[in-house]
Amino acid sequence: MLELPYIVEPRPDTGLTNGKLGIWLFLASEVMLFGGLFAAYIMLRVGGPTWPVGADILNVPMATFNTVVLITSSITMVMAWAALMRRNYGTYQLYMFATVGLGLVFLTVKYFEYSHKLHDGLYPSTSTFLAIYFTLTGLHMLHVIAGMVVITYFALAGRSMFRKNPQWLTNRVEHTGLFWHFVDLVWIFLFPVLYLM
Amino acid sequence: MSNHAEEMDRHIRTYLLVFGSLIVLTLITVASSQFLHLPIGPHIAVALIIATIKATLVACFFMHLISERKLIMAVLGLTVFFFFVLLLVPAMTALSHETGH
Repeated sequence: MLELPYIVEPRPDTGLTNGKLGIWLFLASEVMLFGGLFAAYIMLRVGGPTWPVGADILNVPMATFNTVVLITSSITMVMAWAALMRRNYGTYQLYMFATVGLGLVFLTVKYFEYSHKLHDGLYPSTSTFLAIYFTLTGLHMLHVIAGMVVITYFALAGRSMFRKNPQWLTNRVEHTGLFWHFVDLVWIFLFPVLYLM
Repeated sequence: MSNHAEEMDRHIRTYLLVFGSLIVLTLITVASSQFLHLPIGPHIAVALIIATIKATLVACFFMHLISERKLIMAVLGLTVFFFFVLLLVPAMTALSHETGH
């Protein structure tokens, strides 16, 4: 069977595994994706005659709770990687499921937030503020879902990978973690920009 | 205990410290926006400065940027540059509207 090159050992010229360089290049493109939408936010805000204070329309306690949930999921993700570094598969799996669980809590809170808005007749078409709010948080939510799918996959299918080549699984989980922390990082900016300013 | 295990213990202590800092900074952000009643300019500045500190902590420690290779730094440096160019475009548009040029 063909072995993938430089997925366990770093490539001599870059000093990195191909997977790590790949995920960082992908994250760079993600920065530009969200950057474009943040630019749209600035354009709408400075171009509009008025701009609401997010806290008057949105639920700050719910969003604060969700911020704490995402930050906690980042620590469980990094602990899953640390457990793999120690070759402790049971602990790794526990932290991975905890991360997915916290992702689910985040999505549930978001569901209540969205349904409350829609119930009050506040749609993306209601105002430019709500349009950019739904666009930015919706795109972010898609990223949370994508991250949860990958984390669930490695939590369930990781055992055979661990038996075959534990360092390869450790690297893959580190790369998954990089994506998950990026999703957390985007929320760290979305929260004050949309809810508090 | 081996050196590797000791090193991981040290890493985990750092992660927990960063986690605690992130929670405290989140509460400070919310408290400052709810109770300080600053004018809009300083209010935005405080919120963005705290968010940047939090993002730096996540990137440096959870994403291991603090000990990462130069190539990743180069990729990120380029990304950050273009990110600010992207943000500058609407800001300059707004400025030209205000000055009428």
